[in-house]
Amino acid sequence: MSEHIVQLKVYVTIFLALLVGTALTVMAGLHDFPGKLNVIIALTIAVVKATLVVLYFMHVRYSSRLIWVVFTSALFWLVILFALTFSDYWTRCWLPVC
Amino acid sequence: MKAFETFETPSAARVNYINAEYGLKSWLLTRDHKRIALLYLGSISFFFFIGGLYAMFIRLELLTPQGDLLASTTYNKVFTQHGIIMIFFFLIPSIPATLGNFLVPLMIGAKDLAFPRINLLSWYIYLLGGIITIYALLAGGVDTGWTFYAPYSTTFSNSYVIAAGLGIFVSGFSSILTGLNFIVTIHTMRAPGMTWFRLPLFIWAHYATSLVMILGTPVVAITILLLAFERVAHVGIFDPAAGGDPVLFQHLFWFYSHPAVYIMVLPSMGVVSELIANFSRKNIFGYKFVAFSSLAIAVFGFLVWGHHLFVASQSVYAGMIFSFLSFAVAIPSAIKVFNWTATLYKGSISYDTPMLYALGFIGLFTVGGMTGLFLAALAVDVHVSDTYFIVAHFHYIMVGGALFGYLGGLHYWWPKISGRMYPEGWGRFSALVIFVGFNLTFLPQFVAGYLGMPRRYHAYPPEFQVFNVLSSAGASILGVGFLIPMIYLVWSMRYGKLAEANPWHLPGLEWRTASPPPTENFLATPVVTWEAYEFAPVEEMRVIGKFRDEEV
Repeated sequence: MSEHIVQLKVYVTIFLALLVGTALTVMAGLHDFPGKLNVIIALTIAVVKATLVVLYFMHVRYSSRLIWVVFTSALFWLVILFALTFSDYWTRCWLPVC
Repeated sequence: MKAFETFETPSAARVNYINAEYGLKSWLLTRDHKRIALLYLGSISFFFFIGGLYAMFIRLELLTPQGDLLASTTYNKVFTQHGIIMIFFFLIPSIPATLGNFLVPLMIGAKDLAFPRINLLSWYIYLLGGIITIYALLAGGVDTGWTFYAPYSTTFSNSYVIAAGLGIFVSGFSSILTGLNFIVTIHTMRAPGMTWFRLPLFIWAHYATSLVMILGTPVVAITILLLAFERVAHVGIFDPAAGGDPVLFQHLFWFYSHPAVYIMVLPSMGVVSELIANFSRKNIFGYKFVAFSSLAIAVFGFLVWGHHLFVASQSVYAGMIFSFLSFAVAIPSAIKVFNWTATLYKGSISYDTPMLYALGFIGLFTVGGMTGLFLAALAVDVHVSDTYFIVAHFHYIMVGGALFGYLGGLHYWWPKISGRMYPEGWGRFSALVIFVGFNLTFLPQFVAGYLGMPRRYHAYPPEFQVFNVLSSAGASILGVGFLIPMIYLVWSMRYGKLAEANPWHLPGLEWRTASPPPTENFLATPVVTWEAYEFAPVEEMRVIGKFRDEEV
């Protein structure tokens, strides 16, 4: 199987992007946003960073369809974990006894 | 019916995987899947023995209503450690790591698993996890229950929670590596002609199990890490005072631990499919349904964990969803039970020891499964939660299901593994003793639980004593039942009758090589030209697995 060679500048760019993401996380953590924005902002930065790691550092972007199938299956399982867990959290207060 | 061929060279070549090399090093550094299976067999038998000792203390304590043998704190540790050892160090690796390791390559016509070194690594990781856990037990034990529920485990327990958790965390990697090895092997190393729908159902079951191992185990690993962080650094993820939620622990824990039940029982179902078809000498009824129901169980098994949280302040709406999904997962299980039963119809049934375990499995798994539906019903679950009804239910699944399949499979493939026959009379006798002992132990617990006896207490109201005396009596019968095979299987390794290559006269690939097989499994790559469970008349089948110079 031939390996895709990634140029060094791509790695450096992604690394710098991750550093920026970390800095943004720290800055966002020091600021109190209204409502649920604190969580939303922190999670958005985290998801973007994780996506960069998966696509470039883990080479998924350059991988075969089989790897994509494996990756999306794992992601789908994560969605199951979140969706059914939130079926609890988001409906707890539907009853007046909440 | 095609003529069945044999792939073996003359029986003069009697070098097999056991006598190919000698010395401790040849075992500890082996990459042969069959030897690694035996290493696992020894290790899990050791842990089964330890777990059994804890069970003995539980049953002795509960013989009388007073908490007179063990202090309440000691009792908490005893049942916790029984659960941890039996689940993580016996049941989860039991069939996949021993029978699966031994048989997956043999049944698909491969020389080994795809990653032999990773296979050996998985055993060492398992051992490391086991040693850490044993350290936790010896250092003072753990008392949280095998479920490690927060906030008790994170905040209040004074026992060795992190050490025990670390043992489970480490051993999980062994499970992931085994699953990975099986999936890659089944995809890439099938012999020519071994199409997906010619695979034995044992292989389908292991494929499904491997999916659960790979997709579920990382979640429990992260959950245990979070628990450790919470306990050491009070990060607050499970602590409401810091914005966390203890119920979140239960969600994460059961996301793995409910599917883990299927890691235990799916391989057992694979064994039972083999036994039912082969000891009825009939093609399995609805092969594709049985095969796909394994995958369906693996997938649906991930959607039902919330039924463990019905009384844990989970939203009632989530409860309704999980209740519905839990009923749904019963469908593929029921498909299997009906198809096994239909396979028996007009079969040429023989009641050898493995078949006795398989028939026992069908009955006991049905009881375990049906009582699972009681528990999936929201209202009934409220009544019986945390009672002995639960204990009885899951033992019917884990012992009546998983363990019966394991014992049936161990007997069935013992001639292949050891090259010797086990004593059939003793085999049947012990299967009967185990069946009687098991039911006497756990049937009364359904009644006691329904009447309100709570689990996890060392003392109980005197009106429950009769059930507990019955249960303890049954446990001692069960204990004797387990000791008998341990003794005669070890005995048979030296004194048992030499096994033929194909003692049961069956078409499967594993029976077309010598008993015990050579290190490379097959001296020539087999070419599969027959369907799974394609039975010829017995006279014709006798040829299979015989060596050419011995053929009549």
